[in-house]
Amino acid sequence: MNALAVEIPWGVLLAIKAVVILAVVPLGALVLGYTFLLKMMSHMQSRLGPMDPGGFHGWFQLIGDGIKFLQKEDIVPDEADRRVFALAPTVVVISTFLIFVVIPAGPRLQVANLDVGVFYALAVSSLSVIGVLMAGWASANKFALIGALRAAAQLIAYELPLLLAVVGVVIQAGTMSLQGIVSAQQDGAIFGWSGIGNPFILTQFVGFLLFLIAAQAELTQTPFDMPVAESELVAGYMVEYTGFRFLFFFIGEFGTATAFAALAATLFLGGWSIPGVHGTAADLLGPLVLVLKLMAVAFLMFWVRFTYPRLREDQLQALAWKVLIPIALVNVIITAIIKVAI
Amino acid sequence: MSTTEQPMTPGFEVDPAAFRHLADAQVNVELDTGDMILNMGPQHPATHGTLRLVVRLDGERVIAADPVIGYMHRGYEKLTEFRTYPQVTTLINRIDWLSSFANEVPFVHAAEQLMEIEAPPRAQYIRTALTELSRIATFLLFLGEMGLQVGALTPAFYGFRDREHVLNLIEAATGGRFHPNFNRIGGLKDDLPWGWIAETRNTMKIVLDACDVFEDLVVGNEIFQARTRSIGIIPGELGASYGVSGSNLRASGVDWDLRRDGAPYLAYPDLDFQVFTHPDGDSFSRYWVRLQETRESARMVLQLLDGMPAGPIMAKVPRIIKVPEGEAWVETENPLGQMGYYVVSKGATGPFRVKIRSASFSNVSILPWMLRGVYVPDVVTILASLYFILGDIDR
Repeated sequence: MNALAVEIPWGVLLAIKAVVILAVVPLGALVLGYTFLLKMMSHMQSRLGPMDPGGFHGWFQLIGDGIKFLQKEDIVPDEADRRVFALAPTVVVISTFLIFVVIPAGPRLQVANLDVGVFYALAVSSLSVIGVLMAGWASANKFALIGALRAAAQLIAYELPLLLAVVGVVIQAGTMSLQGIVSAQQDGAIFGWSGIGNPFILTQFVGFLLFLIAAQAELTQTPFDMPVAESELVAGYMVEYTGFRFLFFFIGEFGTATAFAALAATLFLGGWSIPGVHGTAADLLGPLVLVLKLMAVAFLMFWVRFTYPRLREDQLQALAWKVLIPIALVNVIITAIIKVAI
Repeated sequence: MSTTEQPMTPGFEVDPAAFRHLADAQVNVELDTGDMILNMGPQHPATHGTLRLVVRLDGERVIAADPVIGYMHRGYEKLTEFRTYPQVTTLINRIDWLSSFANEVPFVHAAEQLMEIEAPPRAQYIRTALTELSRIATFLLFLGEMGLQVGALTPAFYGFRDREHVLNLIEAATGGRFHPNFNRIGGLKDDLPWGWIAETRNTMKIVLDACDVFEDLVVGNEIFQARTRSIGIIPGELGASYGVSGSNLRASGVDWDLRRDGAPYLAYPDLDFQVFTHPDGDSFSRYWVRLQETRESARMVLQLLDGMPAGPIMAKVPRIIKVPEGEAWVETENPLGQMGYYVVSKGATGPFRVKIRSASFSNVSILPWMLRGVYVPDVVTILASLYFILGDIDR
């Protein structure tokens, strides 16, 4: 029937899935880091350094950075809790890997199609804060501790708007499975016209904005980067990390950005779907489409990151509890009413 | 409930009688966290240099802050006593290293006053233009740097980029980007290079455009305003009593600018310029005032170029400079504030004693008062908005 319908022993399948997931995170981090951090930021900020190495457009910069990180001495502070200190970056990166388990890249290209996919993705994404807390605590550094506690406070405040922003989508799609949400958008129709399907960004525009803002806070990116706040806390919870361990945080940061961009693309922009394309063709085109949509979302997130100053911790809490959550609740209620009415 | 029978949690010393329930005692014990002492600096990105702040924190709130200075003390006042007058300008270049040219002016003036000579008008105009250029360079850096401290990376790069144009001008005229050492007693080392005036006109357009960019990107940003408005307020009178000067004081509503109000120096009496004040006295107004002053300086440079007189650039000065016995105090409006030199001469080739009044030293003296009760992030914005140079504090 189609090319992918071959029998693969489950053990081999599992191995393939594991390899894919293990490859996706560093690759995503590399792509985002390269495209946005090094190139877009350099253009926006008139940076000369990252545009120089290697000749054409500074293509060598990222490789050079990688080599630099590998060369750095691995320093562990004397007072540090060594085991926790070493484990913390891993925890952060693991949480990133776990998100990708449920993100579909095609009708069959998904590691696990969980019925509670959205719920799962948002739950495991919060695991990273445990790694951050571990890093901050184990570093035996006051700046790191303040940074970690800020990260925890921030996560508690922004988990709620993030979830509520997604609730609207879930209500509209009638399912929490990410695959189901994608097909609801692909096969949907806008007032009977199904030319472009029904991407939820049109009906859930408020939800999309809320999701982006809250994701920004989850990723600890500007304007919500108080946990790392380099002008105040030097580097926050990462301050004592060097070399390869620091690189892990870096991969975690950009990998999670990729994950959230992919989530936003899946929830609001239709994920891998192109209207009218089904079956094997969708499996083949899906990853490409997903990456394109993901990059579009990531562009928005990084654009904000490079433009805005940082809020203060109390202002961030006020924004979350007084503005975002009420708007999100109203959005949920309106969506529910319309869903029932139609 | 008998509190005596109930064993207390070990480690906490609480009088059980003070609470109705033991549960209350527990809660209070847990919430009463000790103060934390945080050492900001000497190596900290916000102190741009080696200022050290010992901050006592309750959570994120500052209870007390102690600036510790002196990590960069180089003993310039003493060193001047072992130098001849022309050699001293090399040293004082390094006090406020961002606007070195402006540092030289008051010292050279003091020496000229004692020798009763005056630099020719063209030299005065060039000195004024270069002083204003170094003011622009310093403030452009501030306009970007402040954005960086508030968390926006982009303005910092714009600030550095646009400052580079101005530094190029200073380099073209003096030969040094940072430390021109261009002033001579009685005039200047060289005349302006060919094409400098036209180039400066172009650069001033770039500067004015840059100011518009900062106005849009930083001043107009809601988050920037939320972070700086009503943060770090200096009441005008209190600021004056601490010796705060320059843009910091003008941002507190004190209309005092030595270029206009002090003893006339350089070509400022010939210039038509506005002095900006802001009634609020907070971090935002300090940013706003410096932004306006950058614009005004660019306009002043353009005026100076229009009215640049011809003529010599050196007065008649003896080969070996010996300053007659006497004392002179010259103060000028430098980018960071009031800068003054009290020069005591005993008739030798070098000064007998020089007292340097640098702006940043007095500006940061108000820090313990300002930082009480603010949050940690505000410490950084306040430090950035006060805009000090470490060399100017420690000398």
